[in-house]
Amino acid sequence: MTEPLINFQNVSFSYSPDRPVLCDCNFRLEAKERIALVGANGSGKTTLLHLIVGLLRPSSGCIEIFGKARHMEADFHDVRPRIGLLFQDSDDQLFCPTVAEDVAFGPLNLGIKREQVRQIVSQTLTELGLAGYEHRITYRLSSGEKRLVAMATVLAMNPDVLLLDEPTSALDDQTKQRLLEVLSRLPQAMILVSHNREFREELTNHTLFLSHGRIEAA
Amino acid sequence: MSSVIQPARNAHPWDFISYIDPRARILAAVIFSVTIAAVHGFTTLVIALAASLIATFFSGMSWKTVFKRLLPLNTIMLLLIILLPISSTGKIMATIGPISFSQEGFLLAIRIALQGNAIMLAILILLGTMEINTLGHALSHLRVPDKISHILLFTIRYLDVLHREYLRLRAAMKVRGFRPSINRHTYRSLGYLLGMLLIRSIDRSERIMAAMKCRGFRGRFYLLEHFTFHFCDLYFCLASVLILLTMLAVERI
Repeated sequence: MTEPLINFQNVSFSYSPDRPVLCDCNFRLEAKERIALVGANGSGKTTLLHLIVGLLRPSSGCIEIFGKARHMEADFHDVRPRIGLLFQDSDDQLFCPTVAEDVAFGPLNLGIKREQVRQIVSQTLTELGLAGYEHRITYRLSSGEKRLVAMATVLAMNPDVLLLDEPTSALDDQTKQRLLEVLSRLPQAMILVSHNREFREELTNHTLFLSHGRIEAA
Repeated sequence: MSSVIQPARNAHPWDFISYIDPRARILAAVIFSVTIAAVHGFTTLVIALAASLIATFFSGMSWKTVFKRLLPLNTIMLLLIILLPISSTGKIMATIGPISFSQEGFLLAIRIALQGNAIMLAILILLGTMEINTLGHALSHLRVPDKISHILLFTIRYLDVLHREYLRLRAAMKVRGFRPSINRHTYRSLGYLLGMLLIRSIDRSERIMAAMKCRGFRGRFYLLEHFTFHFCDLYFCLASVLILLTMLAVERI
């Protein structure tokens, strides 16, 4: 058996000592696995995703990613390009003035040459049905377009794992369908946080529940 | 969607200015403004204003818009034209009752009005017609410190988001019957509104930072867009230099 992509061992986390969010949480994501994560509002789903990419540090326990224990900020530098996190609010993710620059931001950070980045940008946008959006101004896009562009910024880094935080929130049925088509074509392993049952069933193999700081199988 | 930042440009057959390299436009605007502020001769200033007006013609901006944008400036100028002759000494031009108007003061006011309008027009035409993000990029290509151009780019990006947040909060207040008047309740509520906006923007800035880190950001920005210099830019630069030289020559005479 190959080693898991993500492995949480007895991970605990709290924003304040009197209100723990995760306690002794154990879970694994295997290669090619697609997990749906459900739980009540405020149960720690987003926190869990942020722990995976090192935006938050656990108060105890060990997080292993790609077979290596990750403790410090520097440990996560090589994790982040390989794990694409789609944020709940696309306005947080799109900060460059134009779509092309935003999609190029990640690849440029990885030190890829400009010519190649341009190619990645147009290829990623075309795959998402956003060809011709290169010079659109990000803040003038509709919320559906923003979500798709945010997806493009994540995919442009060619990650091995996708973490999707409420990808369908505030989207109309048509955009939801378009996003679903895009996501089901992708080969990556994935953790999907969504309240949308249909979306979860179409996209994932099984569902995990997060409640009282622990993860349980359905 | 209403945006708080829109460039003042609309497509027009006489719109040549928008084809010119943004870097050349910024340089021209800066040099032109500084020169106008430094010269004194009336003829020079008239030439400067004429040059600005010709540029306005080639920007395709409607005269109505130009007039509207110059109105606040000229309201102040009008005040100057009334007040300066009264407050300065010199050859008396006219007297109304106990108030006498000096010629020096009047000429000074006219000069300031000419300078103000010429500079304002130049900036309005050369910079005001630019998409603000183009301005930001051009600035960083002109080796303006990264921090300044990034602050500008981020401000552009999130001004609208914050504005919409403000409108949402205001609407939420309004539907619960809030009508501003002059009392403590109003001040307190508006204070809460401002405080909430501040907290939300700090939160948002943290989320943006997180999103940037996720995409491999480690403190350095890379620009994707590059500008290229065309022949029309050369003509624009030649024309600008010619106007500047004319102004300086006239000033020396």
